[in-house]
Amino acid sequence: MTDTTANALHFQGDHAHEHHHDADHKPAFFQRWFMSTNHKDIGTLYLIFAIFAGIIGGAISGLMRLELAEPGIQYLPLWAGTTNLDTALHMWNVLITAHGLIMVFFMVMPAIIGGFGNWFVPIMIGAPDMAFPRMNNVSFWLMIPAFTLLLGSTFVSGGTGNGAGTGWTVYAPLSTSGSPGPAVDMAILSLHLAGASSILGAINFITTIFNMRAPGMTLHKMPLFVWSVLVTAFLLLLALPVLAAAITMLLTDRNFGTTFYDASGGGDPELYQHLFWFFGHPEVYIMILPGFGIVSQVISTFSKKPVFGYLGMAYAMVAIGVVGFVVWAHHMYTTGMSVNTKMYFTAATMVIAVPTGIKIFSWIATMWGGSLSFKTPMLWAMGFIFMFTVGGVTGVVLSNGGIDDVVQDTYYVVAHLHYVLSLGAVFSLFAGFYYWFGKMTGRQYNELLGQLHFWIFFVGVNVMFFPMHFLGLEGMPRRIPDYPDAFAYWNHIATNGYFMMAVGMVIFFINVFWSMFAGPKVEGNYWGEGATTLEWTLSSPPPYHQFETLPRID
Amino acid sequence: MKILKTIMMAAALVAAPAIAQETAPTAAVSASAAPAAVPAAAADAPASSFQHAVPVPGIGQPISGALGTQPQVTDIGNEAEFMHNKILLPLITVISLFVLGLLLFVMARFRAAANPVPSKTSHNTLIEIVWTLLPVLILVGIAVPSIRLLAHQFNPPKADLTVKVIGNQWYWTYQYPDNGDFEVVSNLLKEKDQVGPKDRARTDDDGPRLLAVDERMVVPAGAVVKIITTSNDVIHSFAVPAFWIKMDAVPGRLNETWFKVPANKTGVYFGQCSELCGARHGFMPIAVEVVPPARFAEWVKTKGGTMSGKPAPAATAAAAPAAPTAKPATAS
Repeated sequence: MTDTTANALHFQGDHAHEHHHDADHKPAFFQRWFMSTNHKDIGTLYLIFAIFAGIIGGAISGLMRLELAEPGIQYLPLWAGTTNLDTALHMWNVLITAHGLIMVFFMVMPAIIGGFGNWFVPIMIGAPDMAFPRMNNVSFWLMIPAFTLLLGSTFVSGGTGNGAGTGWTVYAPLSTSGSPGPAVDMAILSLHLAGASSILGAINFITTIFNMRAPGMTLHKMPLFVWSVLVTAFLLLLALPVLAAAITMLLTDRNFGTTFYDASGGGDPELYQHLFWFFGHPEVYIMILPGFGIVSQVISTFSKKPVFGYLGMAYAMVAIGVVGFVVWAHHMYTTGMSVNTKMYFTAATMVIAVPTGIKIFSWIATMWGGSLSFKTPMLWAMGFIFMFTVGGVTGVVLSNGGIDDVVQDTYYVVAHLHYVLSLGAVFSLFAGFYYWFGKMTGRQYNELLGQLHFWIFFVGVNVMFFPMHFLGLEGMPRRIPDYPDAFAYWNHIATNGYFMMAVGMVIFFINVFWSMFAGPKVEGNYWGEGATTLEWTLSSPPPYHQFETLPRID
Repeated sequence: MKILKTIMMAAALVAAPAIAQETAPTAAVSASAAPAAVPAAAADAPASSFQHAVPVPGIGQPISGALGTQPQVTDIGNEAEFMHNKILLPLITVISLFVLGLLLFVMARFRAAANPVPSKTSHNTLIEIVWTLLPVLILVGIAVPSIRLLAHQFNPPKADLTVKVIGNQWYWTYQYPDNGDFEVVSNLLKEKDQVGPKDRARTDDDGPRLLAVDERMVVPAGAVVKIITTSNDVIHSFAVPAFWIKMDAVPGRLNETWFKVPANKTGVYFGQCSELCGARHGFMPIAVEVVPPARFAEWVKTKGGTMSGKPAPAATAAAAPAAPTAKPATAS
């Protein structure tokens, strides 16, 4: 390792003598933002992209909650601009599909891996930049056509109306024979590009973390956020090619007469589900693991204590990653699997609760005996711990194959997945955003607005998602635009929760814009003694090229 | 072990005849598939002399503002409901409250004002072993009843009646191979303002909005009903929450599940398609009417079926139409 790290020394080039950071040689605007090879600029681009996509994905969920506020179809024909009911109802499926794909592939992943990963992994390991800066840029710019393809697909036919209405899972044969028209093809190509982007990013992170650590930065000294991105990168590298294969076969089934997923030609629709979830289950850990990393950094900082059980924390993530690859069919309990298969996947899935429990308890143990200050990032991190626990224990319920005969494909699953993602991954994103906002921009956010954002958002998402457990247990299926009147009570409350959450988001954006331009300037380590990772040794914002002389870790 | 078998059809060997019986041209995706089937279903039931049961609110359908599962009527449902309500739910509630309690305690006890000097403790092997092994024990405790439940679900008594459930965009068809292989097409009943003046609209006797259908799947009480699901187009899912069953209907595959409603639990039980299947996914409800065996025989007659449709069961139980229920009555 040391010799490869030494090789990295040449990155400092002939600017090595310039140590006053104001004299960074930033390229001109177009070159800087459109031809970037700088990990911080690319990270910023990713974050801007993710916020933009998040606004669209969040607005779509607003449309969905609005339609679901009352029984009956109120808005869909209006939004679809048609009196044809099938076209209007197809639009519902387009909305749920777009919401899922956007939030997974164009919001959470770009923000947490592309954004924070790019920004802070090189800095935290004491590297000047990513291992492959140009490939890094390719990774980002692949996201633009990917997102464009997905948004564009809503303007072309996808069956009984415009857009891909297959759900984010794109199950065959609804996505093959069930969806004529180019919309689903465009959505598939969008996933291909987003997947390629992530694979390149994963290669970049693995190479960077293995080869560009500063002298003395052994694997077992790496901050947990770096560990989380390393595990995530391996998951991406192993899972995404399977998705690519699965959706390529969808494409050929759709366009070139193959029958991979068509029983009448010797194929099997279940094959797609197995391939999809072999990708899809690691994918949910891809979204949450970097969040684990961020929460570890934040909890440690605001407890003024090192992370409790560091090795256990790191290897718990490795264990989650490994076990995550052998539990995929718990998404498929009702597809007609044999009883032995269901028993295996029930047992294997429960195993994941063990390393997850280690993480929860270790975070609490990190706080135990600490000197806690409840700044906004800490609130988000603590909110994460509790909400992820709630989402985790409903995951244990769902892991039981026999219980799934009622809750599979109901709102119980919707509640569960939003507790671990919308209240898990998203909470960790906000924790990271507030934690590093001053580091990235040089200006501090407004603490009052930040805390207001947290509390309103926290109450809002709980009002929105907790009743969904009840709806699911009562049997309300997912992905329906209208429901029997008995489900109206909790749906109405859930929609109120959405609007509460939306108010929180307005406060967030006010805070971001105010702070970006008028926030107080901050020094290098504005969190004080608890912030011990390398980014806090640099100015805020860090110099355009940091660590021109590699730091030495003892 | 007698497990349910999922039979993967290499080609559409079995599905093909089913498609042939179906309105073949609408097998392809077409917005008019469901509407076209409505008159067909209406014409299918000229002898509407059979008096259908009236659904009872609170039974076999969701309850407004309820917090938990629908009241269960099958043995499996009761076992699973017990497992969820008496084992899983208390457990996850206690764990969540435990974590919440720890968080609140830590927030109060170790806030900077109360504890200005942080400790430097970062390891405690004993507690780490405890919080690894304790969850393992809890999970083993869950796994035992969970695996037992799965085994029970996959060990059905001998079936008294087989119903083949076929998903279509966007309606269900029910075939009764044991009773002369007649078929029932089951469509959503629309509201009064959504249909023409002469068409049948939903009434409260049919069931709640979006759950009521024109033709219910009728089965005898006390009988073990084997359900074979498949589909003519995309994947659907046959679900009846009050029976604790859900089984995907996959084109080219035959999936099997079962239920047995006790003799004293006659009534109408509703469910909804539970796999995204296109535009009207939310509009293909499932209604299962469980009737006394004699009434079932009557219903079969109005559908043009017979109670001794197949030679083999007729030979063993040639005596009476109520024969299918005789066995489970003794078994239970």
